[in-house]
Amino acid sequence: MAKRNGGPSNTEIDMTPMIDMTFQLITFFMFVMNFSEAEQDDRIQLPSSQLAKPAEGVIEKPITLQLTNAGSVIYAGELVAVRDIGAYLEREKTVMIDENREPNSATIIVRADGRAKTGEVQDIIRICQEKGFERFALRAQYDDRR
Amino acid sequence: MARRSSSGLTDKVEINMTPMIDVVFQLMSFFMCTLKVVSPEGDFDIRMPIAAAAAAAPDDQQVPPVRVKLSAAPDGSLAAIAMNGTPVADFDELRKRIVGLVGADSGPNSLAEKTEVEFDADYALKYANVVKAITAVSGKVENGQVVELIRKIKFTPPKKG
Repeated sequence: MAKRNGGPSNTEIDMTPMIDMTFQLITFFMFVMNFSEAEQDDRIQLPSSQLAKPAEGVIEKPITLQLTNAGSVIYAGELVAVRDIGAYLEREKTVMIDENREPNSATIIVRADGRAKTGEVQDIIRICQEKGFERFALRAQYDDRR
Repeated sequence: MARRSSSGLTDKVEINMTPMIDVVFQLMSFFMCTLKVVSPEGDFDIRMPIAAAAAAAPDDQQVPPVRVKLSAAPDGSLAAIAMNGTPVADFDELRKRIVGLVGADSGPNSLAEKTEVEFDADYALKYANVVKAITAVSGKVENGQVVELIRKIKFTPPKKG
């Protein structure tokens, strides 16, 4: 009683568990955060495959071409018609030659929608081949169901 | 000195936690907002130089490519599969036929490593079917382990129609 009357009533909350939890949460989010600029577009519904296991190595400076269901290509965030990607690839090629890299050493990642026409994927590959690119990575979603 | 001895052990230095907790919560909300759930994706690597078939010198070690024809129904779904001209019922059978052709061994210098599969798909065929076909020929998952089959895959040139 004497204590309570003497000073201002001060209920102390033990902050330690809360701070511990919060730091743990921060650490979790920091680890889970994806810093790699993986180009993933919600407009693309990738076909799934149980063999499409994520690659261990990182593909160096890939060129990502995403083919939508409607048959247009998303290249660097903008929609381009399949027949027009040649001009963009030509630009990529010029940049690569400036950096002393051969076009055939670059990998073209093809993220095509599962409902897109196969012929359009082949058209993309053909246009890339005409520009000197020859390594392709057909991307699929990893599906671990048997 | 007198004060210290009189108050004894109960004397406590209080740190003001409020700014730290503010910052910590801000950081947490930043990470929570920027979190983007990335679904695992994998690649099928294909090396397809232009006109490689014509340019490549005939090689004794060369095994004739396996031709897989994928025909499309008018709506783009898969109508028929054929391997080297003979019809195949489904992708499971295609895989069995590939195993029958190249054997289960996929080590270095094996038949599976040397054999190449050429896909001839109809223009309108939905791409998901091609991925299923590539999955069927390139391996299978057995007890959680991937058993590789054929790694060399190519496509015929596209034909409009």
